[in-house]
Amino acid sequence: MANLKVNVAGVEFKNPVITASGCYGFGQEYEKMYPLSKLGGICLKGTTYNEKLGNPPPRIAETPAGMLNSVGLQNPGVKHLLEEDLPYLLDKGTVLIANAAGSTPDDYRMLVEELDKSPIDMIELNISCPNVKSGGLTFGASCEDAAAMVRLIRKATTKPLMVKLTPNVTDIVSIAKAVEAEGADAISLINTLVGMRIDIESRRPVLHQNTGGLSGPAVFPVALAMVWKVASAVKIPVVGLGGIEKWQDAIEMMLAGARAIEIGTALFYDPYAPLKIIDGINEWLDREGIADINEIVGTVRPW
Amino acid sequence: MSYIQNVYPILSRDAIARDVFDFVVHCPEMASQAQPGQFVHIRAAGHTLRRPISICEIDREKGTLRLVFEVRGSGTEMLSMLPAGGLMDLLGPLGNGFTMLPADRSAIVVGGGIGTPPLLEVAKHYAENGTAILGFRDAAHVILDEDFDACGCDLRLATDDGSRGHHGFVTDLLRQRLAEGNADIIYACGPKGMLQAVAALAEEFGVRCELSLEERMACGVGACLGCATPIRTPDGGMTYKHVCKDGPVFDAKEVIF
Repeated sequence: MANLKVNVAGVEFKNPVITASGCYGFGQEYEKMYPLSKLGGICLKGTTYNEKLGNPPPRIAETPAGMLNSVGLQNPGVKHLLEEDLPYLLDKGTVLIANAAGSTPDDYRMLVEELDKSPIDMIELNISCPNVKSGGLTFGASCEDAAAMVRLIRKATTKPLMVKLTPNVTDIVSIAKAVEAEGADAISLINTLVGMRIDIESRRPVLHQNTGGLSGPAVFPVALAMVWKVASAVKIPVVGLGGIEKWQDAIEMMLAGARAIEIGTALFYDPYAPLKIIDGINEWLDREGIADINEIVGTVRPW
Repeated sequence: MSYIQNVYPILSRDAIARDVFDFVVHCPEMASQAQPGQFVHIRAAGHTLRRPISICEIDREKGTLRLVFEVRGSGTEMLSMLPAGGLMDLLGPLGNGFTMLPADRSAIVVGGGIGTPPLLEVAKHYAENGTAILGFRDAAHVILDEDFDACGCDLRLATDDGSRGHHGFVTDLLRQRLAEGNADIIYACGPKGMLQAVAALAEEFGVRCELSLEERMACGVGACLGCATPIRTPDGGMTYKHVCKDGPVFDAKEVIF
């Protein structure tokens, strides 16, 4: 059995497999299938300062090898997170990462100030949600906006700060460098890609918000390329996500430079995907005679 | 209660009407937990999203669930082609089922088209104290009539074209039935328009009513918040609840159409 422990921004994870924000709620549902302690960590549902109702349905559309969603950050607000959800999760034996979102810089700041006082292990700053009318990815779409947001949030917390980037940009590397320069401790990527489906009978978009975020195996190669480029360009750790569904994908992500990985959409067809991926990584390391998972990070041999 | 995900043997597969398939799956641990009105989330090969299918019958002794569904797209088409003797990947039992009153109470089930399967287990519970009002496009699309008849309920059929039973809507028959009095609860599943009309009649006659809703769904367990449906809050406002975890059964009074 190889060492699976990884360290991201000073936080130790027992293994590199984290469930992605928005796909795992606050963990309670999946705990009806297996103990949460098996996971490296949980990125909790995207949280805003005040409760958010989310978008009108339909919020879901299936696509080839993937899906679109436009949930729109429905969440009970930070007070509920800290008073109801977090206490329940604290003794579960896994790393807890709050996913912080908002519609104005002030929203983000007030939220992060609350999270800073809480026992949460890490903050994932969500400047990449494609499904909200204001805020979301607008803060992550340019170097200037992303830098300004991270500068503001860096002052609001001493917690490990991971910034989640959107792939809906021309040059994700320059944005990664900009958030690194402002004091981000880690970067996670990618959030979803903006996509659309139309019902040809009604001639209406399938999603009520017209467009939504594409996820699932279809986006994996895009995510992998972006993780590789970003990890090659920054010094802070990178957490890779986007369409990972099996252990081989996770190994690819780590070879491309990801220190840890997040699993999202795969949970919907296989709730046990994170556990199978952990087992698969472990067995592969043993077969390869590698004693420590950290040895493979970023060791892809580019042509 | 726990959620179970596993692959289970398919004991039988029948085509019971145009594009409607009837499967019996041997899944004892799921059958032992399942309640009328709950659903299972079935994995369709090559598809990202599982397909939520309501439970039609629960046989705890045999350890089986009966699942009846209509082919609506490539996912359900894939499921419909699974052979008897093959395996079905189920996640379940999911959601909250119908509120079951003591069997000596008088219940009415109202089903529209492919909305009828989850009502069969309810009708079985009330037996001769139940009325089943089922509506279909035409005689060729009628399903489960013999099963409802066999459970002893008062079966009343309607078709859009009059080729079988009453020529018209199930709501015509429901109004008639409610006018006869003696009704403690109504259960309905079917198209949104039908549910709205059923809810209005229940309100008019002052009868308790539960509706089973549908929405595009991803996780099936309440984690992703994809299957939102607008629900009236006690103070008269609106919130989004989720068909998979808060439903699929809701009190008709709280559903916003």
